[in-house]
Amino acid sequence: MQPTDISRPEYFHKVVDCQWACPAHTPVPEYIRLIAAGRYGDAYMVNWKSNVFPGILGRTCDRPCEPACRRGRVEAEPVAICRLKRVAADFKGDIKAQLPKPDAPKNGRRVALIGAGPASLTVVRDLVPLGYTCTVYDSDPKAGGMIRSQIPRFRLPEEVIDEEVGYITGLGNIELKLGQRVDSLKSLLAEGYDAIFVGSGAPRGRDLEIPGRKEAAKNIHIGIDWLSNVSFGHIDKIGKRVIVLGGGNTAMDCCRSSKRLGGETVTVVVRSGFEEMKASPWEKEDAQHEGIPIMNYLVPKAFLHDNGKLKGMSFEKVAARKDEKGRRELVPTGEPEVVIECDDVLVAIGQENSFPWIERDIGMEFDRWAMPKVDPKTMQSTIPNVFFGGDAAFGPKNIIWAVAHGHDAAISIDKFLNGEDLADRPPPGVNVASQKMGIHEWSYDNDISAALRNKVPWRDLGTTLKDIKVEVELGFDAKLGYAETQRCLNCDVQTVFSKSLCIECDACVDICPVDCITFTANGEEDDLRERLTQPARNKTQDLYLSDVLKTGRIMAKDEDVCLHCGLCAERCPTGAWDMQKFLIEMTHAGAACRSR
Amino acid sequence: MSYLPKPKFRHPGLPKNKLGFTRRDYEGTVSTLCAGCGHDSISAAIVQACFELDLEPHRLAKLSGIGCSSKTPTYFLGQSHGFNSVHGRMPSVLTGANLANRELTYLGVSGDGDSASIGLGQFAHAIRRGVDMVYIVENNGVYGLTKGQFSATADAGSKSKWGADNNDSPIDMVALALQLGATYVARSFSGDKTQLVPLIKGALRHRGAAFIDCISPCVAFNNHAGSTKSFDYVREHNEAVNALDYMPTRSEITADYAEGTLEQVTQHDGSVLNLYKLASDYDVHDRIAAMTYLQKKNAEGEIATGLLYLDPNPKDLHGHLQTIDTPLNRLSEADLVPGATALEKFNAARR
Repeated sequence: MQPTDISRPEYFHKVVDCQWACPAHTPVPEYIRLIAAGRYGDAYMVNWKSNVFPGILGRTCDRPCEPACRRGRVEAEPVAICRLKRVAADFKGDIKAQLPKPDAPKNGRRVALIGAGPASLTVVRDLVPLGYTCTVYDSDPKAGGMIRSQIPRFRLPEEVIDEEVGYITGLGNIELKLGQRVDSLKSLLAEGYDAIFVGSGAPRGRDLEIPGRKEAAKNIHIGIDWLSNVSFGHIDKIGKRVIVLGGGNTAMDCCRSSKRLGGETVTVVVRSGFEEMKASPWEKEDAQHEGIPIMNYLVPKAFLHDNGKLKGMSFEKVAARKDEKGRRELVPTGEPEVVIECDDVLVAIGQENSFPWIERDIGMEFDRWAMPKVDPKTMQSTIPNVFFGGDAAFGPKNIIWAVAHGHDAAISIDKFLNGEDLADRPPPGVNVASQKMGIHEWSYDNDISAALRNKVPWRDLGTTLKDIKVEVELGFDAKLGYAETQRCLNCDVQTVFSKSLCIECDACVDICPVDCITFTANGEEDDLRERLTQPARNKTQDLYLSDVLKTGRIMAKDEDVCLHCGLCAERCPTGAWDMQKFLIEMTHAGAACRSR
Repeated sequence: MSYLPKPKFRHPGLPKNKLGFTRRDYEGTVSTLCAGCGHDSISAAIVQACFELDLEPHRLAKLSGIGCSSKTPTYFLGQSHGFNSVHGRMPSVLTGANLANRELTYLGVSGDGDSASIGLGQFAHAIRRGVDMVYIVENNGVYGLTKGQFSATADAGSKSKWGADNNDSPIDMVALALQLGATYVARSFSGDKTQLVPLIKGALRHRGAAFIDCISPCVAFNNHAGSTKSFDYVREHNEAVNALDYMPTRSEITADYAEGTLEQVTQHDGSVLNLYKLASDYDVHDRIAAMTYLQKKNAEGEIATGLLYLDPNPKDLHGHLQTIDTPLNRLSEADLVPGATALEKFNAARR
């Protein structure tokens, strides 16, 4: 194997698993340390800069960071990263002074944004301080997009949305055209905007065409439309017996909302098994906690009705098995049909993109799934000044992906309007600094807590089920939040090895609590991985290799379960190991990302 | 040293031995020695050896005297018996403990000061009596606790960290052990665990006086140019006479070795030592030849390491004294004071 080139920012970035996994690459350990220090406002701003909606995401994020968290590889559960984000938002105090100054001097460029959801708002947040004038269109009466329309209030209070959307709209130079649906891209293009950003989401809920659908239509609702109607107060009740079809997060929101709007017997019915459901594990758990049964392996057959009055639904029982090619398939078990009586059905079996408002003769190319062709790096469509982001770009994902797309699109728009090459993406900002303060003292707290993950306290069910606007999760208080921060392994404080200082005394090998370090003969990667003190079988994690040492051996460190405790550096007599904080921040739109 | 205790987290794939323990269960508290001390590597080797031997921690007693090396038993085998004796008096305490309970495994840990200066007499007598023990000298050639004066094992002509020459002749602990009748004699280097761990395993299974002289660089006071006990010097002059593989039982040798290069020695408990010869003319069972060979290498400025002498059928102190198999500390008052009738009978047999 070749020695590791640690000057490449990707190498150490990958070691910070949470930050690497986050689409927006939020510097997680950095803000967790700030929370531990009681600097909630600063922790909030680290988040705000990177993911724009800390308070919202701290309640609703899909948390790709948590399954990636290294802590989950050395004990049962990862750090509650998402809920710590909420701690920063809850206790931040007044951070207005730290926001960009409103009403930046205009640069004369006008950008139109379609949809006022997280992707568009991110573009606005990045571009307005640079002097751009942004015009945002949305068919809903308030800005926020799916954040406002599809996430129920008991998960995300309206004040939080108002506050964080307000930080963006408060930047000035923004024209909000709410309640105005864009029906023609052609005519918008004709209005002479310098650039257009499409952040219109995936607004169409998939329907279920089975017998009885048309006849009983009055009591069959499309999940996301129904949720939106609930959010805007158009719907405030539902029948006593409700069936929710689907196994995703929308289905979980539908069933829990139903329970709060008069549904007494709410049942979730899913085609697949419990484990295969698309919903996040914690959302399933939340639904079950509220006494909602989830029935698996049932395929909808028909809506049963009596002259158009919905009576119930019939389902076919299936079982999972593997076909000859090893693929999972669902086959009928031959058991009698299952009939569940109900008054209303919510269909939450997926959502799709739909672009009826983009004319097919204006030069925009579509792929065979009727999706516009969008460059995944630059977010540019085949019309050079039209950009996409969020669910509108590549189909339904989540808020944090929408934010990441927004940042990328903002960079592209800025570069495009400055006549630069869009493919030339700005490198991240990297700051590497030794944490050494004394012989055994570091400027980070390496004494990590051995405690298990803290549970977020819930309000009692009696209160929460009565009112759809009462938030279920109470969030960590300052004390619990602090306790949780102490579980973070500080993976951004890197173990940096200097070959020239090493005397090969083995002190680091002997002290390492998780057997990361080996001095051995070099070899091919597969062979080397097996020869380490503890074989390195998690191939998603890199080996850190030094150049050849005095004895002809190399130092190989398996990054997999390193605790970043710094004991290797404390035991090193020559300072060949050092703990260096590697702070990496994505470059956002602005002068720094331009090449001239 | 570190201010932090070693975190309890361990590698999820850490292997367990027959007793269900991981290697980390054989550790002690975190070391307070200087960072990079060779002694810590020896502690790690002891931990590894005991783990691999499936040793029950409560069946082992670790004894030491005074000095950096004698502090180390705190840093390994935290679940075992321990005794920190007066300076240089570990061999006597160990002998006494061994006489009282012959069933435990005894591990004496000492240094060049503790064993070659103040405790030289004690060392000599424990070895010549053939006490069943492993005696490890963590040999760094200096008094580390008092800031690096030469010890009795420092080579003549070697330089101190402050530039002074050592004019005194060194005591060669291996030569002494051979001459005094130790039945398992080895020399190793703290920086070479591949060699050290099997040597410790073989010694722990040896039923007699096993002695290991382990060169262990003092990073604070004896790891400079001009020292003969520095990492660089020892690595450059290390000449292993053989490589050892410890096998719990005799098993078929699958690898191919040139004729006469592999020797299998079965120890008293059935365990097997596979010895791969590196120096072709070296006979591990010839004590006199070994002594000559070592002197020769010494004169050439080379450090001979490996298993230097082995008597596969050793006699130990209990054998010499013909004590009974039951440990003496388990004899009851009735066993020890059998009464007047028994005395009569005994006396009658003598008349």
